[in-house]
Amino acid sequence: MEYVPHTERDKRRMLETIGVASVEDLFSDIPESFRLKGSLNLPPPLAEQEAFSLLEELAARNRPGRIVLAGAGAYRHYIPAVVGHVTGRSEFYTAYTPYQAEISQGILQAIYEYQTMIANLTGMQVANASMYDGASAVAEAAVLAAKTLGRNRIVTARSVHPEYRRVLSTYAWANGYDLAEVPFGADGRVDGKALQGAMDGRTAAVILQSPNFFGVIEDLSSLEETVHSAGAFLVAAFTEALSLGILKPPGASGADIVAGEGQSFGNPMAYGGPYLGIFAATGKLLRKIPGRLAGATVDRDGNRAFVLTLQTREQHIRRERATSNICSNEALCALAASVYLVSLGKNLKKLAELNVWKALYLKDRLLSLPGWKRVFSGPEFNEFVLRCPDSRGANALLEKEGIIGGCELGHEYPELEGCLLFCATEMLSRIDMDRVVEILTGA
Amino acid sequence: MELIFEKSRPGRQATAIPVSDVPAPPLEELIDPALLRSDVDLPEVAEVDLIRHFTALSRRNFGVDMGFYPLGSCTMKYNPKLNEETARMTGFANLHPYAPESCAQGTLQLLYELKEALAEIFGMADFTLQPAAGAHGELTGVMMIKKHFEKRGEKRTRILIPDSAHGTNCASGALCGYSVTTVRSNAEGGVDLEHLRSLMAEDVAGLMLTNPNTLGLFERNITEVAAIVHGRGGLLYGDGANANAFLGKARPGDLGFDVIQLNLHKTFSTPHGCGGPGSGPVGVSREMVPFLPIPRVVKTGAGYRWDYTAPDTIGRVRAFYGNVGVMVKAFTYIRTLGAEGLRHVAETAVLNANYVKARLEPHFDLPYPRTCMHECVFSGRRQVKESNVHTSDMAKRLLDYGFHPPTIYFPLIVPEAIMIEPGETESIETLDAFCNTMIAIAREARDNPDVVRSAPLTTPVRRLDEVRAARDPDVVWKRPLTEIPA
Repeated sequence: MEYVPHTERDKRRMLETIGVASVEDLFSDIPESFRLKGSLNLPPPLAEQEAFSLLEELAARNRPGRIVLAGAGAYRHYIPAVVGHVTGRSEFYTAYTPYQAEISQGILQAIYEYQTMIANLTGMQVANASMYDGASAVAEAAVLAAKTLGRNRIVTARSVHPEYRRVLSTYAWANGYDLAEVPFGADGRVDGKALQGAMDGRTAAVILQSPNFFGVIEDLSSLEETVHSAGAFLVAAFTEALSLGILKPPGASGADIVAGEGQSFGNPMAYGGPYLGIFAATGKLLRKIPGRLAGATVDRDGNRAFVLTLQTREQHIRRERATSNICSNEALCALAASVYLVSLGKNLKKLAELNVWKALYLKDRLLSLPGWKRVFSGPEFNEFVLRCPDSRGANALLEKEGIIGGCELGHEYPELEGCLLFCATEMLSRIDMDRVVEILTGA
Repeated sequence: MELIFEKSRPGRQATAIPVSDVPAPPLEELIDPALLRSDVDLPEVAEVDLIRHFTALSRRNFGVDMGFYPLGSCTMKYNPKLNEETARMTGFANLHPYAPESCAQGTLQLLYELKEALAEIFGMADFTLQPAAGAHGELTGVMMIKKHFEKRGEKRTRILIPDSAHGTNCASGALCGYSVTTVRSNAEGGVDLEHLRSLMAEDVAGLMLTNPNTLGLFERNITEVAAIVHGRGGLLYGDGANANAFLGKARPGDLGFDVIQLNLHKTFSTPHGCGGPGSGPVGVSREMVPFLPIPRVVKTGAGYRWDYTAPDTIGRVRAFYGNVGVMVKAFTYIRTLGAEGLRHVAETAVLNANYVKARLEPHFDLPYPRTCMHECVFSGRRQVKESNVHTSDMAKRLLDYGFHPPTIYFPLIVPEAIMIEPGETESIETLDAFCNTMIAIAREARDNPDVVRSAPLTTPVRRLDEVRAARDPDVVWKRPLTEIPA
C-alpha cells in the first residue's frame, strides 16, 4: 500500500515538462557508486487491513493491566471524551508550527490559553508553549539558570525523579556544569540543613520536586530563603501535574522557574510518550526562556490576534546564540492539556482531592498486611512508599492477576531495597484496591 | 474571537468528578493547610461551550488535510489515517512505562523492529529512538561526538556548520559547549571544499552536514567532504531532515556519515501536530555504538528487554524511552510501504519538486539552476526589483488562494528565498493548481502590486502587528480589573 497518486501517464507528462527521460536521471547528483542497486532488506509491503492486523497483534502482546499501581512519572487518569475529539481534528494534528499566523489563529489562541492556564496553576507570570517532557524541561531550567547567572553548579534533591536527574547529568556534562545532590530525611523531604551546606557562590540553581519522587509534598517555602540568599534560582519540578489542583502554586513559594511533566493533563501513558514538558518562569526571565511563546497582538484592522513572539530567542533567528536548540515541541499534547483543563475547570481541585483519598485508602489497606511498613512520615499526594517483606514476590503475584504493581526502588536507591512506590488515582475503585490486598494476603 | 476565559461563567462545568467510594476526610487534616491552595483559576464552561470553542479554533487553522502545504524543509506529506488508529490501540496507548518487560513485549518488539528497519534504510549500525524531536536528536548526536573525543582523550572545541544549515545545528553544537565555525557554500550550492579544507583542523570535532542540503541539492562532492573531515580525525554528522529525498536510493552510512538524526514526523509521515510531538531517532556507525543513550532495546532468546549496561553511554536525554506513540505511527508506515514503497516516496518527491521547479523557472529567479532533490529554492528578488513586492507579500497572497505558503527567507544564503517542498503525496493536478497560482501572483506583482502587498484579504485575521507583540509581550491573559472580586 502506498500513498503516491501518480499514474504512468502523469509521470510521463511530468518528465516531459522537466525535460528528462526517466526519474533515475533526477538522481544523477548521487555518485553512481553509492546509488543502491538492489532493494532494501525490509519485510514486504502490506495492505491497510494487513497492517492493521499486524499492529493489533503486537498491541495484544502488551498487557497494560486493568489495575495499575505504578506512577513514578507516568499516571493513569481518566481522559474525558472531549480531549480526543478535539486533538483528533485534523485541522490541528496535520498542521505545522504556526509560523503563518493568519491561517494558524486556532492553535495560536489555544497555546495562549494554555500558557495562561499553566501560569495560573503554577503561580508564575509566564509559561511557554511546551517542552519535550518533564525531564528535559528540568534540564533546560538548569541551563537557563546557569546562563542567566553566569554560574556553573547545579544542586539537585535526591528525591527528584531518578530519570530526571540522569537527563540533567547528561545536559550538565555537555555544558561543563558541576552537580551536587542533597539527601532526604526521615519524612522523605529534602534535608534543609544539608541544603544549606550544599550552597555556594557558584550554584546557579537548586532543583526540588514536589510532590517528590516518593510522593511526599515538599515545603518549598521553608527552603526558598536558603536558595535565594545564595543568589541561586529555585527550580520547582513536578512529575504529577494533577497535584497543582490542591497544592500551593510553586510561584507563591518563591520558585523562579517551574518545570515539570504535564502528561496527567489529558495524555495517555503510551509507554512513556509523547508527553509534554511544562515550563513557567518569573516575568523577569521572559526574554530568556527556551521554547515557543504565543503572544497577543492586533492585526492590520485592529482585531485581536495571536502570533509566535520573541522569536529572537530562538535557534532559527539567533542560531548558536539562541537560548536553546528546541524547535519542535509537544504542541498537540499541550492542546490536549488545554482541553483537559477547560473540561475539568474548578473540578480539577475535586479530582486532586479524590486522588489523595484513594491513595490514603490503598495505603491504609496495604499497611494492614503483615510486615508492610510506612517509610516516610511526610504528607503525600497520590503516591507513597511502603517497605514490604517481599517486594518482588508481591509484584509477581499481582502480575499474575493482570495488575501492574508498584515500582521497586532498590535499583535507584539501595537504602530503599525492598520498598515499593505505589500510586492510586481516580481510576482505582475501592473494589480494585480491596482485590489487590486480597491477592497479596494470599502471599 | 473570545477567549475561553471570557466565555467562563461561575458554576458551569463540563466534566463531573465521581463521588468518592473511599473515606474522604477534609484535606486540611491530612496536609498542612500552608501547603494547600485555596482555589484553581480555570475556566468554567459547559461541554457544548468547550466543543464549540475548540471547533471554532480548529476552523481558524490550516492543516495538510485542508490543502497543499509545500513548506520547504518540513516534509508536510499526507498523514495516513491508519497510523492514527494503530497508535490509539489500547495495548499501546494505555501501557505504563514501568510495566514489567513481560507485559510490554508487543511495544518492545515494535521498537526493536523499527530501530532495525531504520538501520537498514540508512545504512547505520544502530539507532536510538529516545530523542523527542529533530533538534533533540541533533543534541544527542553531538553529545555522542563529544563523548567519542573525550574517550580518546582529544580536546576538540569547534564544530563546522555550512552557511546553508538549519539554525538548530548551530544551537545544538553550542549546547554541547562547541564553538561554531561557518563553512561557506560554493557557486553551485554545495560545500566550498577549499574553505572546508582550510578550516578542518585537529581542534575540530566534525562537520554537521544536511544532505541534500537546504537548497534541495545533493552534495555532489560528498566523498571528498567525508575524506577531508575524516582525514583530520573529525566526524561527519548528518542532519537527516531531508531524508525523504533518498529513501531506498542511497544510504548515509555508505556515504561516510558517522552519526545521523532523522525526523519521524517528516520522513515517516507522522503528523506535525501544530509543532509537535515529533521523534528524532539517531543512527550511528559501528564505532559510535558505545555512546548511544540508555536504555537500549535488545532481543534475547526469551523475548525483548531493556539493556542499561553501557559504560561509555552519554546517558539519558529524556525520561522513559522517547515518543513511543509517534514510533507506532512510523512503524505502521514503514510496514505498510515496504522497501519498494519507500523508494517510490523518494522518487515521487524528487519528481514532484523538479516538476514544480520546471514550471516556475520562467517566472521566478532560480539562484542554483541544477536538478533538485525533494525541494527547490527560488528567489523573489526579481519581483522586489521590478515591483517592490517581497517574498513575504507573495506568501501572504497564496493564503488568499487557499494554499499554505512555502518556507520563506530560508536558507539565509538566498535573498528573498522561496523554498518549495511539494512532497510525494500530491497529484499533478494539485501541483498544477499551485504553480498556476504562483504564476498568477507573479503577474499580479507586476500588474497590481498593491493587492499583493495588502494580502491576505480572505483570512480570519489580516497581517499582524508582530512588532507590538515583541515590544510589549502579552503571553498570559490577565483578567480585566473590573472582573477581579474585591
